[in-house]
Amino acid sequence: MKAILTVHNLASNLVTSLWTPIFVGLFIAIVIYALWPRNRAAFDEASRLPLRED
Amino acid sequence: MQRESHMQQTQSTKWMTHGEAGLMLFFSMAAYVCAFAAPMALDAPFAFHASLAAVASGAAAFAIVNRYFDRQAALPPQEINGKPNYNLGPIKFASFMAMFWGIAGFAVGLMIACELAWPALNLDLPWTSFGRLRPLHTSAVIFAFGGNVLIATSFYVVQRTCRTRLAGDLAPWFVVLGYNFFIVIAGTGYLLGVTQSKEYAEPEWYADLWLTIVWVVYLLVFVMTLVKRKEPHIFVANWFYLAFIVTIAVLHLGNNPALPVSVFGSKSYIAWGGVQDAMFQWWYGHNAVGFFLTAGFLAIMYYFIPKRAERPIYSYRLSIIHFWALIFLYIWAGPHHLHYTALPDWAQTLGMTFSVMLWMPSWGGMINGLMTLSGAWDKLRTDPVLRMLVVSVAFYGMSTFEGPMMAIKVVNSLSHYTDWTIGHVHSGALGWVGFVSFGALYCLVPWLWGRKELYSLKLVNWHFWISTIGIVLYISAMWVSGILQGLMWRAYTSLGFLEYSFIETVEAMHPFYIIRAAGGALFLIGALIMAYNLWMTVRAGEADVATELALQPAE
Repeated sequence: MKAILTVHNLASNLVTSLWTPIFVGLFIAIVIYALWPRNRAAFDEASRLPLRED
Repeated sequence: MQRESHMQQTQSTKWMTHGEAGLMLFFSMAAYVCAFAAPMALDAPFAFHASLAAVASGAAAFAIVNRYFDRQAALPPQEINGKPNYNLGPIKFASFMAMFWGIAGFAVGLMIACELAWPALNLDLPWTSFGRLRPLHTSAVIFAFGGNVLIATSFYVVQRTCRTRLAGDLAPWFVVLGYNFFIVIAGTGYLLGVTQSKEYAEPEWYADLWLTIVWVVYLLVFVMTLVKRKEPHIFVANWFYLAFIVTIAVLHLGNNPALPVSVFGSKSYIAWGGVQDAMFQWWYGHNAVGFFLTAGFLAIMYYFIPKRAERPIYSYRLSIIHFWALIFLYIWAGPHHLHYTALPDWAQTLGMTFSVMLWMPSWGGMINGLMTLSGAWDKLRTDPVLRMLVVSVAFYGMSTFEGPMMAIKVVNSLSHYTDWTIGHVHSGALGWVGFVSFGALYCLVPWLWGRKELYSLKLVNWHFWISTIGIVLYISAMWVSGILQGLMWRAYTSLGFLEYSFIETVEAMHPFYIIRAAGGALFLIGALIMAYNLWMTVRAGEADVATELALQPAE
């Protein structure tokens, strides 16, 4: 029981202290993806999506 | 050739789908269980709700069988002549209900505004007292009006931008009918005194359970439509809708775990206690603002403004960045509702900090919405529907600037518990959510019913101006009244006594409450003009031949 609790504490400590850098890293990756020059054409295309009639 | 197709038709035998059979069975059993529960009930409202559920379940089972006998052997095709066969029936229903609940909710709002100005208007009856009508008003405008607008537009936008028919056969109908049944249970419950006393989460345990089922089906319909999309890219509006649906599910489950006193009674006790309960409540409450009233309606903005202005989105990159910034930040802002309470100080400061940071992604959205008009600004002069949509975004910008400011502890110490909060909420609710919904419905109704245009743009113009004046009266009255109230509460005499008794501060509010009621009346009049306009559009509008053929061949 004690061993399980120790592992649990370790895991929860790790998660509670790591989520900040994980989320920040994730957000930075998203910003890079959004601003990546090669994606520009695809995003310009997507911005016209509501206007295309079928 | 003709004979062959004839042969094929006669050969395919008609079967009940699994969904039809399963749902029919489910509703038959539900009708039986509810009819059993009604006479066992411990309190009258529970008996009433159980009877209501029994009747509704019986009607649903009957409707499914009836539909089965009326329909053709084959279900509606996914495509006709290579074009998606969009499913518009449930959207029409939700749009109609949105207008209906909107007027009901605004009317109850006016009623309680008048009760505050002239307390005798509560008629001294329990059912019409402020405490019961207030949640009826908030739920009717947020969940009934706003919710139906969100369901209607999300089902429309996800089909159009994925170029595919809505997933599911009965499921979309289950969502719109089930959701509106939840509204009826919640609303009648408030009038009868059934409440778990959590702001914006007042419905009791059985209504919460039913909403959970409906909401999961809503999520499934939405996700499965995305899965079978013909368009490779998932349009940004769908991201906002998905965030809204998923987050509301999580919030609803997090805030509402409760233990009923009896399965045959309406009363329950919430699992959380003390300050944890308060924190859960405002984590829920503020994210209902963030994901119901913001993310969902931003989705509307991202589809309907480009569509109406006939311009592409100003910056698609900005839409991605501000979407994720909103998602990462909003969820932490709730503690600003609990400044100077038993909530630990660090949590209050955390909530304040995230609220202030939220200002950036909020304005990112506003800039994106407004700048989408670049090159089409002249349309604001000629198109009152577009003007409504754009003014809604301006109100969004205004209230998302005011919100972070009020979340700062020092400002909050003046504004909290005063009418300033009410003014802030209504500049967001009437200006942003109300106007963007009106704009979307003005676009949607002619599209859904295959009409060339609205019955009258002149009436839209009248609606716009009457409602705008109403909003300005409302929010300016509440600002003045709120700051006055806050200053009176904290005024001390030279001897250190409070300068004003509480009743003196209440008396000082009176003129502002009358102005507020006048603003609410104007807003209601605008909505009545809108309902007439939409009704005439459907009844007497000129049919749009092209869309009629494209959209409605299966009916």
